[in-house]
Amino acid sequence: MAKKPTKPKAKARTARKANGKARASRKAAGKASAAQIADQSGLVLRDVCRGYGEEWEREEVLTDLSLDILPGQLTAVVGPSGCGKSTLVNLVAGFDHPDSGQILIDGKPVTKPGKDRMVVFQESALIPWQTAYQNVVFGPKLRGDMSPDQIKAEADKLFETVGLVEFKDKYPIQLSGGMQRRAELARAMINQPKLMIMDEPFRGLDAMSRELMQEFFLRIFEESRRTQLFVTSEIEEAIFLADRLVILSNKPAHVRAIIDIELDRPREFHMLSSTKAYEYKRAAMEILHEEALRNFKSSGTQSDFVEAFSARNE
Amino acid sequence: MTDAVQSSHDTPFVVKRSRFRKLLDNKTLWRGVAALVLFILFWEVCSQAKPWFGFQVPWIGKIPPPSDVFTSWADVVQRPGYWESWYLSFFRVFFGFLIAQIIGIPFGLALAVNKYFRDIFFPPFEILRPIPPLAWVPASIIFWPTTELSIAFVTFLGAFFTIVINVLGGARTIDIQYLRAAQSMGASQWDLFRKIILPGTLPSIFTGAAVGMGITWEVVLAAEMISGGGQQSGGGLGFFIWSSYMGGSMPQVIVGMISIGIAGYISSSLIRYVGYVSMPWRRLF
Repeated sequence: MAKKPTKPKAKARTARKANGKARASRKAAGKASAAQIADQSGLVLRDVCRGYGEEWEREEVLTDLSLDILPGQLTAVVGPSGCGKSTLVNLVAGFDHPDSGQILIDGKPVTKPGKDRMVVFQESALIPWQTAYQNVVFGPKLRGDMSPDQIKAEADKLFETVGLVEFKDKYPIQLSGGMQRRAELARAMINQPKLMIMDEPFRGLDAMSRELMQEFFLRIFEESRRTQLFVTSEIEEAIFLADRLVILSNKPAHVRAIIDIELDRPREFHMLSSTKAYEYKRAAMEILHEEALRNFKSSGTQSDFVEAFSARNE
Repeated sequence: MTDAVQSSHDTPFVVKRSRFRKLLDNKTLWRGVAALVLFILFWEVCSQAKPWFGFQVPWIGKIPPPSDVFTSWADVVQRPGYWESWYLSFFRVFFGFLIAQIIGIPFGLALAVNKYFRDIFFPPFEILRPIPPLAWVPASIIFWPTTELSIAFVTFLGAFFTIVINVLGGARTIDIQYLRAAQSMGASQWDLFRKIILPGTLPSIFTGAAVGMGITWEVVLAAEMISGGGQQSGGGLGFFIWSSYMGGSMPQVIVGMISIGIAGYISSSLIRYVGYVSMPWRRLF
């Protein structure tokens, strides 16, 4: 891992949060322009283990999971259902702690939730008693690290970006599923996170809005090149969006395979029907199918309950 | 931010009409009025069945007809004692109710957010909770120097337990994702409490308040009947009914009953209104 000083020509917005040195891997440097990613940092998971339950009914969810999430890239994580994707999200976000192993962001260990890692949750986590606008400005207003004018300007810009200007003063319940997702994106982005964690963000949307959201999300990502960890259970979605596709094994999960997705950017929907995309899909499906078969042999439903329960009782 | 909130009032959701016009167009209102009128007619006919048709309708036939009740009411409203009873009962209800809110809401929230607090205080709370408020009357009379305070205490108990249980339940069912989202954005424990737990519990607080208010009315009237109209605590609507019964005036008993119904309706409307105003995000359901 090479360390590079921040380039002066980095955007003013991103320069604010730059902390002098940033981690940029050899691989990533070749893909996105150096200036764009120089101030962003990757996330490193080293031999991360996490299990739940007492000894006799202990179930390991993650074992020796090692993964680099490269700066400026969109890393998509797929895996068989119930393989511990949500556990991974909780660990990276800092809501949960690994039993062993290390999670480093910027070379510093992750110990608690922080604004450098924003999560966009599966189900909408917009706060119901705040309007879309109040939701978006929640973080900066709370911390007071931006002046009120700055907050307003930034929020207005983001509402423009996500196309919700007329819906600023609506409560979440008045927004459609897709709008809620976009409001949540805006709420995450205003905090200038180093890493965005998307936990199956488009699940539950109808097919039409899902496609629209994917395209929309791509545009935002390709413009900002903010490091993304995108967890999904949809292979096609992953291939369409990702620079790297990480396939997790069946529970206990570790990284089963990594496929570099070398489709052009900006991505267009027609690229999904190219032979290249088809090859990626076939390869990924094969691995997933293998893992899913193993899942049937050793059913893991009971551990899902344990996981859900222990998360609830923290 | 204030700009944002203000502009929401400009959104042309409804065509503006005068308040009076709106009231007249309100079908719900007219249905309610029609139901009341029909009910009173039915009651009148049933009560008067004996003189009018020569046979007695069971149950309702024994109750004085609404015409008698209204005559009696017209007489009663001229007496200051009746209005004093209204005032006294309202005062007792709201006094006990307010104290129950002031103590109950923080207590319930503390139970919800702090494990140690819950471990220590929940068991005794659960033992005291099933005791009906009226069972506290004798003890309460011994505890407190004046009858007025005893009544207030019993009233307080009536509302307190319901409020606490509702607040506790409400705070415990807040979606953990709201807390997590806020935590990621740098919220402190106090922020979490103020911005997430408290507003998230508001609906339950108002449910508890509405149920608690009902119980308070029940309790206060029973307490008034028991304590009687001594020098210290005269009157009250409960006592009004009791003394009318002792005096053998059945129409006046019914006047008392309806008065209580109206008083209860006013109280719960008040709570609903406060809830409506303080939870704008719930108006949209």
